[in-house]
Amino acid sequence: MSGFTISRRTMLAGSAMLLASTAMPAPGWAQTPKKGGRLVLAADSEPRNLNPAIVASNGVFFISSKIVETLAEASFDGKDGLAPRLALSWEGAADGLSVTFKLRDGVKWHDGKPFTSADVAFSALQIWKPLQNLGRTVFKDLASVDTPDDLTAVFKFSKPTPFQLIRNALPALSSVVPKHIYEVGKIEDNPANNAPIGTGPFKFGEYKAGQYYRLTRNTDYWGKDEPYLDEIIYQVLPDRTSAASALEAEEIQLAAFSAVPLADLDRISKVPGLKVISKGYEGLTYQLVVEINHRRKELADVKVRQAIAHAIDKDFVVKTVFLGYAATATGPVPKNDPQFYTADVPTYAFDVAKANALLDEAGYKKGADGNRFSLKLLPAPYFNETKQFGDYLRQALAAIGIDAQLVNNDSAAHIKAVYTDHAFDLAVGPPVFRGDPAISTTILVQSGIPDSVPFSNQGGYKNDALDALISKASETLDATARTDLYKEFQKEVATDLPLINVAEWSFISVARDTVGNIANNPRWAVSNWADTYLES
Amino acid sequence: MSGRTEGGAQARHLSWATRRQTFDAPMTRALTLIRRRLVGSIFVLLIVVVGTFLLLEAAPGDAVDAYIVSTGGDAGMIELLRHRWGLDQSELTRLANYLWALLHLDLGQSVTFSRPIRDVILERLPNTLLLMVSATALSFGLGSALGIYAGARPGSFRDRFLSIGSLALYAVPGFWLGLMLIVVFAVDLRWLPIGGIETLASDKTGLDRAADIAIHLALPVSALGFIYLALYLRMMRAGMAEVWRQDFVLAARAKGLSRRRIVLAHVARNALLPLVTMLGLQSAQMLGGSVVIESVFSVPGLGRLAQEAVASRDTPLLLGIILTSAVLVIVINLLVDIAYAFLDPRVGAGEAGA
Repeated sequence: MSGFTISRRTMLAGSAMLLASTAMPAPGWAQTPKKGGRLVLAADSEPRNLNPAIVASNGVFFISSKIVETLAEASFDGKDGLAPRLALSWEGAADGLSVTFKLRDGVKWHDGKPFTSADVAFSALQIWKPLQNLGRTVFKDLASVDTPDDLTAVFKFSKPTPFQLIRNALPALSSVVPKHIYEVGKIEDNPANNAPIGTGPFKFGEYKAGQYYRLTRNTDYWGKDEPYLDEIIYQVLPDRTSAASALEAEEIQLAAFSAVPLADLDRISKVPGLKVISKGYEGLTYQLVVEINHRRKELADVKVRQAIAHAIDKDFVVKTVFLGYAATATGPVPKNDPQFYTADVPTYAFDVAKANALLDEAGYKKGADGNRFSLKLLPAPYFNETKQFGDYLRQALAAIGIDAQLVNNDSAAHIKAVYTDHAFDLAVGPPVFRGDPAISTTILVQSGIPDSVPFSNQGGYKNDALDALISKASETLDATARTDLYKEFQKEVATDLPLINVAEWSFISVARDTVGNIANNPRWAVSNWADTYLES
Repeated sequence: MSGRTEGGAQARHLSWATRRQTFDAPMTRALTLIRRRLVGSIFVLLIVVVGTFLLLEAAPGDAVDAYIVSTGGDAGMIELLRHRWGLDQSELTRLANYLWALLHLDLGQSVTFSRPIRDVILERLPNTLLLMVSATALSFGLGSALGIYAGARPGSFRDRFLSIGSLALYAVPGFWLGLMLIVVFAVDLRWLPIGGIETLASDKTGLDRAADIAIHLALPVSALGFIYLALYLRMMRAGMAEVWRQDFVLAARAKGLSRRRIVLAHVARNALLPLVTMLGLQSAQMLGGSVVIESVFSVPGLGRLAQEAVASRDTPLLLGIILTSAVLVIVINLLVDIAYAFLDPRVGAGEAGA
């Protein structure tokens, strides 16, 4: 167990840890899991729509992944980083026009009805493709799903679709919901969206708004002897400081998704009976990115963008803003991604003199007041760290004669200002890398995206070579060739800097020593917890 | 309608001698007051609703912007959501629709909860009321008692100690006081739970549940109540200092009444009246204070709901909450005025309602 309790110092070793973690098999667990018990954990937000097939987001998965299962889950040691769930195997045709799933036998919905391929077909065609936030992109060419028998589902695509992409999308995008519940009435208004019915190890119990969600054991679960826990209670703790106090007071046993602020971890790791765990989020990497509005003539000049990149001390950011719980970034794919990452890209060392020289070269000389020009800087308010980095960036820019004015908004206002109104020069954003660049990464730099699409290129950047690369990769079926194209993509982004990748981070869990089988897959917090147990 | 105007006009124009008779009928005055207030309140509520609506519209971003923060999505999905939530209509249309529904006593549907707003609010209202009433009782009760204690001997050590102590509490930010109470009583001593309204998923009923809720509310009520304690304490003390100088106190002393009796029956009683007024005014501030306290102690109340409604740009929900709070404040102030009508015969319905 002690192997998981890391100190801040070991974490400072930084990227190596993040890198190694994906390759590391789950260490041997000495104890045999115990049955029974109630796990109480902190929830900091209350998603209203709990249907993960419609809303594929970590906030929803955190709760609903225990109730509604996907075809496959991410895994540290499985083939292609996957472990079977509702599907036992998946096979892509060479022409990229079909994918065949063999489904698990003997699986029942929580209401007792059998799970079949019809449910998979219904979920894919009626929900993932037309309604799901991410599925609308990945499954856009899905034409039909054949169900030759109850345990086989064949996805047919109208255009060749890389099997690698579909595979990488399975853990987050393939939540299967029951057809017999959803075929009546409008899917968006179905009561099961608030009280989900699935095949997972836990059933939805009740939701008391502002207080808790209660999940109860599914006694009919397909996993042998699973689940171990009787109940999971998500206690709603809206205040940032509550989770730490609740852990100390032993009112909760687990706080995931960095519910305990980074600044408290050092102290909390010394509390007897509590452990700090940074594993189990490798598949949920957030990227700290400087978004750039290329409509500003100064920022349209690549020399200015390079100067800004040189002005940022990434190591300092990792050490100070993230207190070591992060890694520096080199480009648009995080270092801990096992498939696509390449280190072979131009890098920008922290070098103020060089930054100043580049700006001089670009023709923006310092004025009498020491300033070259002014910029509006909008840090995203969703994380403490994005706000703090905003403060840092303002100072870093001041050092090279760029006067940045901070504009602080709340979430809704920030989204509108940056992605709809384009009322920014620089913004700090935390895009998520979801295991494949085609899911939510390439749209950060691609041109031709309509206004108001959040977390996309709204900076007016257009690079034909990059666009061509992205579109070629989206049609390349061979996994190796496709991976190479995305390596090319990383190089091009790091060269032309449509945006600046500063750091990559994930979340931290704090748990009581009694909670077992924590962090045993790369998306642990949003996986089904069938094997999670309590020692006493 | 005519009766109301007549009554009001009469009250105002009657001579002192005739009005004396109405002292004996506080009930009548109370009823006049209620009628008069109801009519005035409708305008107040209308202003509150329209004002809040416009303010929220002026805030950048709408419910869809707030929603996609956690999901992302493409242009088609965003359009779909705006249409489903009726956000593609003009502001004026939405305001008109809202007012029309309100006329039928329909608060509408919350976009974030996908539930009728009435249900969402009714679920939280009791918690906030409980918190507010208990905290008010604490600050008013303890505040005035300590005020009497301090004011009985103006300038004494206990007077100064209490005045300074309560002021210090008043100066402390609510969330800090809350956090300190948590650290001491919930984390270190573990006497009380750190938050929530009751034990989670415990299925307690009856007295057990009442006791459970009381234990959970102990810290939030203390945090909210102690902040406003100073207000009542100082007001009571100042009121008493003033009354001490009045002739009837001298008369009472001359009669040879005990100091205790003078303090309680004559001085304190007369100094109490302004505190009752304060009670009404304070209710609005308490509601504001509960936003912070509810967040710190994870109490599922209206204040926290309002905060969430603003963050998620759920305009109809926020309007519903503001409307509920406005009604609450109006009712409390009405009750205070009625109490006045009973407590102080000098105050007629005319003055109190004006």
